[in-house]
Amino acid sequence: MQKSLRKYAAVFLLPTGIAFVVAFFIPFLFGLYLSFTEFTTVSNTHWVGWNNYLRAFTDNQDFLNALWFTVVFTVVSVLTVNLLAFGLALLLTRGLRGSNLFRTVFFMPNLIGGIVLGYIWQLMINGLLLGAGVDITYDPRYGFWGLVAVMNWQMIGYMMIIYIAGLQNLPGDVLEAAQIDGASPWQKLYHVTIPMVMPSVTICTFLTLTNSFKLFDQNFALTAGAPMKKTAMLALDIYNTFYGRIGDEGVGQAKAVIFFLLVAAIAFIQLRLTRKREVEQ
Amino acid sequence: MKPAKSRSSLFLSLFLGLLSLFFLYPIFLVLINSFKGQFYISEEPFSLPDARTFVGLYNYQNGIQKTEFFSAFGYSLFITVCSVAAIVLFTAMTAWYLVRVKTRAAGGLYYLFVFSMIVPFQMVMFTMSKIANLLHLDNPLGIILLYLGFGSGLSVFLYSGFIKSIPLEIEEAAAIDGCKPLQTFFLVVFPILKPTAVTVAILNAMWIWNDYLLPYLVIGSRYRTIPIAVQYLQSGYGSRDMGALMATLILAIIPIVVFYLTSQKYIIKGVMSGAVKG
Repeated sequence: MQKSLRKYAAVFLLPTGIAFVVAFFIPFLFGLYLSFTEFTTVSNTHWVGWNNYLRAFTDNQDFLNALWFTVVFTVVSVLTVNLLAFGLALLLTRGLRGSNLFRTVFFMPNLIGGIVLGYIWQLMINGLLLGAGVDITYDPRYGFWGLVAVMNWQMIGYMMIIYIAGLQNLPGDVLEAAQIDGASPWQKLYHVTIPMVMPSVTICTFLTLTNSFKLFDQNFALTAGAPMKKTAMLALDIYNTFYGRIGDEGVGQAKAVIFFLLVAAIAFIQLRLTRKREVEQ
Repeated sequence: MKPAKSRSSLFLSLFLGLLSLFFLYPIFLVLINSFKGQFYISEEPFSLPDARTFVGLYNYQNGIQKTEFFSAFGYSLFITVCSVAAIVLFTAMTAWYLVRVKTRAAGGLYYLFVFSMIVPFQMVMFTMSKIANLLHLDNPLGIILLYLGFGSGLSVFLYSGFIKSIPLEIEEAAAIDGCKPLQTFFLVVFPILKPTAVTVAILNAMWIWNDYLLPYLVIGSRYRTIPIAVQYLQSGYGSRDMGALMATLILAIIPIVVFYLTSQKYIIKGVMSGAVKG
């Protein structure tokens, strides 16, 4: 069968293949190349070596600020989203009345796009700050916690769904055995439930980690970096570098390459670390 | 024991009910403000519209006119439906081929698709939009090809995981009965792939419908999708029309809520199985 299938390689591979090459593969390689050049249009480039990478850190403090902001934001979001989502999943798997309705409501914000979410929360936060006579652009801390709120509102429902799926697959006899051995509810949670749902924890930390680190739309709509680019995350800083000042495109592309390497490293390390802690099933 | 337990579960239900209201509140807040005059929105966002602040559907008329909302809705719908259809079909074919044909090239291609999943959009956004320009893909039809290309990584990966679990005998039986590969794929394999196809469709639809940056960079100057239309209202801080913004936000949320309530079962299932494999 393999043989006859191989005759049809063009039919099966070409539509996706052409699109993949045009939309991803060539832009990726071309992007790598451009990060070592200075250019304003793609046909007018000259090689500058590592200069763009140097300039990414030395032209101004924006990239390092964005990196620090992104790291802190990611740590806070991953912790809050996962703790809250896991707590909700525990409550919603106890067979309470209305669990399905609650699940429906908590998941809904996840379907709304980042731009729309950003503006919804801009209204909320500016409204809350009205009493103090300021708005979200007054202090970078407002923007930071605003982004954390948006991220939680959007992601909690999604992660909760994954945790619920994990909790529903728990074998009941293990919990029962722990009960008979006299384990307290907290002991059961810590020594039985959590180790058994480790695969869900892996997935959820992976998804929240990469989504927080790569966040753009919500950041763009909520604060657009205000005040003074202090709340710009990495993706937004790259965007601003590319389209902000003519002549900086190469620096933007170099920042993008660094960003890609960071995302790849995080994804790789995180999957390694948590996979180890999963219980063999 | 019994009454204490039911009291605590009543208490928990009450708590979850309050939490649900808290979750819905931001949307409710936008809704009430969409009926208020634009200057009242920033000054008293938390009050309900009253005789003084109520402007009826003025914000909606205004927002629809300023953003050309219905054409944005049309573009969003067209791009999402066509891209998702292309992704669901073509990446299934690709995944089947890559799993069944065990050559090194096929293996290498598979890892290239998986690799593309971790590359953030910023890495390719500039070059991709230039190439799209060059190849005249900067229109609602051409962007479908870009979505197929950029969405193929996750979709090929999801399909492949499932195809590996399909016993080869089914396909061999079809081949013995005289099916050509295309017939085998469409009559035998694709129907089996249906649950994964639903997952692939849901995940890609959620992404493409809400995507802002790719369409903005590629077609944004001439064609506005809904996220671009919302962002379009933001012209410099402070000088924007808050009323039109509130109304447009509500208009942007309505299709999502309708879609969610009508196909909730598939969405939640799709998200669940997509995550388990991802």
